[in-house]
Amino acid sequence: MSEFLQQVINGLSLGAIYALIALGYTMVYGILRFINFAHSDVFMVGAFMGFYAGKILPHESMLGGIGALVFAMLVCAILGILIERFAYRPLREGSKLTVLITAIGVSLLLESGGQYLFGADPKSFPMMFPSKEFSLGGIAISSNQILVFVATAVLLVALQFIVLKTKIGTAMRAVSFNPQAASLVGINNDVVISFTFGIGSALAAVGGILYSSNYPSIDPYMGILPGLKAFVAAVLGGIGNIPGAAMGGILLGVIETFVNGSRYSTYTDAIAFTVLILILLFKPAGILGKLHVEKV
Amino acid sequence: MLQVKNLKVNYGAISALHGISLEVKQGDIVTLIGANGAGKTTTLKAISGLLKVDGEVLYNGRNIANVAPHKLVGLGMAHVPEGRMVFANLTVAENLQMGAYLQRDKRAIEHDRAFVFSIFPRLAERQKQIAGTLSGGEQQMLAIGRALMSRPKFLMLDEPSLGIAPILVKTIFEKIVEINQKQGITILLVEQNANLALEVSRYGYVLETGHIILQDSSAALRQNPKVKSAYLGG
Repeated sequence: MSEFLQQVINGLSLGAIYALIALGYTMVYGILRFINFAHSDVFMVGAFMGFYAGKILPHESMLGGIGALVFAMLVCAILGILIERFAYRPLREGSKLTVLITAIGVSLLLESGGQYLFGADPKSFPMMFPSKEFSLGGIAISSNQILVFVATAVLLVALQFIVLKTKIGTAMRAVSFNPQAASLVGINNDVVISFTFGIGSALAAVGGILYSSNYPSIDPYMGILPGLKAFVAAVLGGIGNIPGAAMGGILLGVIETFVNGSRYSTYTDAIAFTVLILILLFKPAGILGKLHVEKV
Repeated sequence: MLQVKNLKVNYGAISALHGISLEVKQGDIVTLIGANGAGKTTTLKAISGLLKVDGEVLYNGRNIANVAPHKLVGLGMAHVPEGRMVFANLTVAENLQMGAYLQRDKRAIEHDRAFVFSIFPRLAERQKQIAGTLSGGEQQMLAIGRALMSRPKFLMLDEPSLGIAPILVKTIFEKIVEINQKQGITILLVEQNANLALEVSRYGYVLETGHIILQDSSAALRQNPKVKSAYLGG
């Protein structure tokens, strides 16, 4: 029993990170209907920004950790906004396929650019947050895991608040439903889209730092696998659906951890893609997704 | 208030408007009638910046051809598009809030909301309802209400009678006249239902395959034999 709970805790903490990355995919999809494949590399840049912030900020302190988070969020938000502005916006009137291929191009650019700027060899990520192990009736919980839960929960609530209760969030939903009608009420679609990229990228930055705190070896290609899995999580929950992305991430993290703890652990990475194939076969709209029927 | 001069629109190689000119004077209701595919919707989309155009669109003397639609809203122009295009995923209240997107003055927004509810009480009852679940007529009311929330001086309505129960059509046209008279909002109305459109408007244009073939006071157009046989069913 205690081993079961231990796996659940580990799974939740991995899943929360997938959830943070999945939100960026799902928000961009919700508004522009394409998959921003460069998102996983923004996650990588977030980790590196945490690494560089660690050169200046104190280690193993809440202040240093939060400082690193804020710095990485800012840099990634700006990066996300610039990517949209210069790579995707000029193609917005074109076909979705063009943008999709461009996204893959941006992804390669960030990975190779990362190799050039940060160096190709793996770096060890500093311990930014204070670290402690707690034991609850035989279950080990690290302060890092608690941090992941708390940070993800706070960010999810904040995001839901923005999307459901604020004017810019309502505008995001309006643009996502019908960009033309949105422009006719005075919404500048470009501003709303930039905002969406900024928020999604900032969340990826948090994901990058938390992920690296748990797996402290970072390199410019580190984003690919977690990014793909987060994409699976977004599809699993229902692409375009924010609570769905969070749910999909957590579900996938738990499934993966259980497979990893079983004798099929060799297949840990394969399981995510098996989930993707199954969901596409049996419930293509995802768990919380709906296929829209428009009333005429 | 609005002067369109030699307006041309192309969809790729196909020309949809071959240089039309029309004028809407302040405080007026002007209608643009014509058959399906004549270019009525294209004309409104061209004016509100949704389409790339050639020619001049003078709004209060300023050329606004090819200005982005969201900027025109700030100049007091509102466009209720064909098919209503309410935000079906938002509530009625949120749709109205989005209509007031550029308004900063909270009291003015409250005042406008009260006005919208006074002409469409149905919307007040359904504030919390998701707009996609409203009937066609209610969605039309919401689309007009949303446009009014932007405090327009000039309102363009595209086929407000389309797909709506006949009894509601009458109500909606009465409200259109009321909006014009009480708020002093200038209206350009596009309609397939020529009878109704010529009844509420003061001046009319007849559009046929991208050309304006007739223009006159609405009263005269109703007596015009050509209009009678082609658009008024006898």
